[in-house]
Amino acid sequence: MNKKSPSEPLLSVEHLKMHFPVLGGIFRHQVGKVYAVDDVSLTISRGETVGLVGESGCGKTTVGRSILQLYQPTAGRVTFEGKDLTRLSRKEMRDLRRDMQMIFQDPFESLNSRHTIGNIVEEPFVIHGIGTADERQQKVKELLRRVGLSARARTRFPHEFSGGQRQRVGIARALALNPKLIICDEPVSALDVSIQSQILNLLLDLQQEMGLAYLFIAHDLAVVKHISDRIAVMYLGKIMEYADADTLYAHPAHPYTSALISAIPVPDPTCRRKAEILSGDVPSPIHPPSGCVFHTRCPYAVDQCKETIPELAAVAGGAGDNHQVACIRTGELRL
Amino acid sequence: MNDTPILHVDNLVTAFDTEQGLIRAVDGVSFDVRAGRTLGIVGESGCGKSVTALSIMRLLPKPHGHIEHGRIMFHDQDIATLPADRMHAIRGYGIAMIFQEPMTALNPVHKIDRQLGEVFELHFPEMDNARIREKSVALLKEVGISEARERMNAYPHQLSGGMRQRVMIAMALAGEPEILIADEPTTALDVTIQAQILDLMVKLQQKTGMAIIFITHALGVIAELCDDVLVMYAGTVAERAPVKTLFQHPRHPYTLGLLSAIPRLDNTPKTRLNTIRGMVPSLYELPDGCRFQNRCPYAMAGCSIAPPPLRQIDDNHWVSCYLYR
Ligand SMILES: Nc1ncnc2c1ncn2[C@@H]1O[C@H](COP(=O)(O)OP(=O)(O)OP(=O)(O)O)[C@@H](O)[C@H]1O
Ligand SMILES: Nc1ncnc2c1ncn2[C@@H]1O[C@H](COP(=O)(O)OP(=O)(O)OP(=O)(O)O)[C@@H](O)[C@H]1O
Ligand SMILES: [Mg+2]
Ligand SMILES: [Mg+2]
Repeated sequence: MNKKSPSEPLLSVEHLKMHFPVLGGIFRHQVGKVYAVDDVSLTISRGETVGLVGESGCGKTTVGRSILQLYQPTAGRVTFEGKDLTRLSRKEMRDLRRDMQMIFQDPFESLNSRHTIGNIVEEPFVIHGIGTADERQQKVKELLRRVGLSARARTRFPHEFSGGQRQRVGIARALALNPKLIICDEPVSALDVSIQSQILNLLLDLQQEMGLAYLFIAHDLAVVKHISDRIAVMYLGKIMEYADADTLYAHPAHPYTSALISAIPVPDPTCRRKAEILSGDVPSPIHPPSGCVFHTRCPYAVDQCKETIPELAAVAGGAGDNHQVACIRTGELRL
Repeated sequence: MNDTPILHVDNLVTAFDTEQGLIRAVDGVSFDVRAGRTLGIVGESGCGKSVTALSIMRLLPKPHGHIEHGRIMFHDQDIATLPADRMHAIRGYGIAMIFQEPMTALNPVHKIDRQLGEVFELHFPEMDNARIREKSVALLKEVGISEARERMNAYPHQLSGGMRQRVMIAMALAGEPEILIADEPTTALDVTIQAQILDLMVKLQQKTGMAIIFITHALGVIAELCDDVLVMYAGTVAERAPVKTLFQHPRHPYTLGLLSAIPRLDNTPKTRLNTIRGMVPSLYELPDGCRFQNRCPYAMAGCSIAPPPLRQIDDNHWVSCYLYR
């Protein structure tokens, strides 16, 4: 562990790796690996939001799913309240799932279209055998009210709702068992701005009231920055930079973070700045570049970057362990 | 700069006959497009951006989609009533379009050389194969595809999302159109790739002087790229203005709401955002009067009686709202 927070973290992820096999040939044998997540470490404290941001395919969802043990990680440890999840039995893990929930980008896909909203929100209670039918109905009403839906929604079906309303249903279900951590995988990416802000506010309110912790996954840095205490920037399966939300934006230490910030179109026509445009595409995670995985697109790369894999380490003169970067040229660069 | 519009859309109404009844997905939309300038059309999902574009291209799904009313003047021809064969000629070297889903517009079973070649054949029937190939490679280079000669032999799925979008742009530019309509060309792309594509479009416009109609739901992209903006809401125009005016002096309550609802990088983290309460009304259950009334913090008694007309309140600044009369 190289990160310290004031109290013991709720969740800690250490050197997590998730490599998927690539199958090929007529016998479908393994011909390679997808290095989807390749050495990711982070911690989340109670009531805290950690944002995970990066471009498509960089491994954000895989981190989320590996934390919940929906995948068996290739390597590394995931500890929740001191318990090593990779060593729990099925039963122990199922009990622990009450404390860790997930909400998804497309609430439509994650909600069973043949069930009523009432059934969907009630399901976690049923699975865990909690309460009588009446008590459960009462709970469902409360939850729906809590996320801003009317109790009448109980008898209706997901397709009768808009994207934003369906996202509220997904949140209501995730809240049912009073979790301590919710992994939010692109929860607002499919929503229009006016609805997106409603959902972000709801997540902020719920966190305040219930002391929830979030891992907030998204590709939109402006959204992530708005909701997070700390942010991890991912690229090709690795964390490039990890810092407080404000620090990351005001003093990015990694060339990738800086490029990401500069690529975001600013909603102000008077400050059209020349974006620092990265050339090329993200390389395939099946053949990640040697050394620093970002070197093929990095405007500051030197020969050494092709060889040395940079460690995630505290930024010199930065905020100590609260600002970490994986770049061998930190200190020399003025970003 | 020549100030006469090359495209003048006047009170366009486009309807769909659906099983649940007739809906007007675009209901009284007007705007101008000028050479060398970029008009942004912005608004939330379902507000009629793509239908507006498809109306201009006369590519509405048949038979249930049709232009019910209004004029679409391209120079001195009215596209709204033009015979199909004349429209064919306009598509391509008059007005070309990049569609919202690049994978549906590219044929997955044909290589890039064939797809690009077909576009050239269409516009320049006299061109021979060798010349078409030469032009295709040049155009791929122009849109920033490296190793263009090799990429000619690729299938669409072998290209990244950003490269596919570049191919789409190349196909749209083959006929050297006067107007390029780009329907959410960067929405599916990562921000760093989006930045490349936006940069490319600006450069191509500077070189060719074409006009661009850029459709997006991202206000950031509008601010970055556009000269003029049309804000749409539920099939109607809420506000129309030059880009600086729109961002500095937004007038319609919907525009105000949108601008204050976007998370900005320089916001203080974890503060509440402004929201627009409620939801867009369904096109099947539209209220009488202003379509924004149920969400509007300034709604007055008169708002539910008749739809507010689009009024000019300043130079080139148009708003449809009873707050301004
Ligand atoms: N079950 C799987 N089997 C094989 N490869 C996978 C699997 N799941 C993900 N991958 C690959 O792992 C990489 C990371 O995928 P992941 O879904 O975690 O990315 P992401 O950052 O969530 O992307 P997005 O922003 O598009 O959701 C991708 O290259 C993806 O194709
Ligand atoms: N073929 C069709 N038949 C019936 N209704 C349609 C058809 N195409 C579009 N519509 C309706 O017309 C309205 C406008 O659709 P349009 O595709 O123009 O929205 P948009 O602004 O482009 O949205 P998005 O941002 O999601 O692309 C929507 O309510 C849509 O449901
Ligand atoms: Mg994902
Ligand atoms: Mg559209």
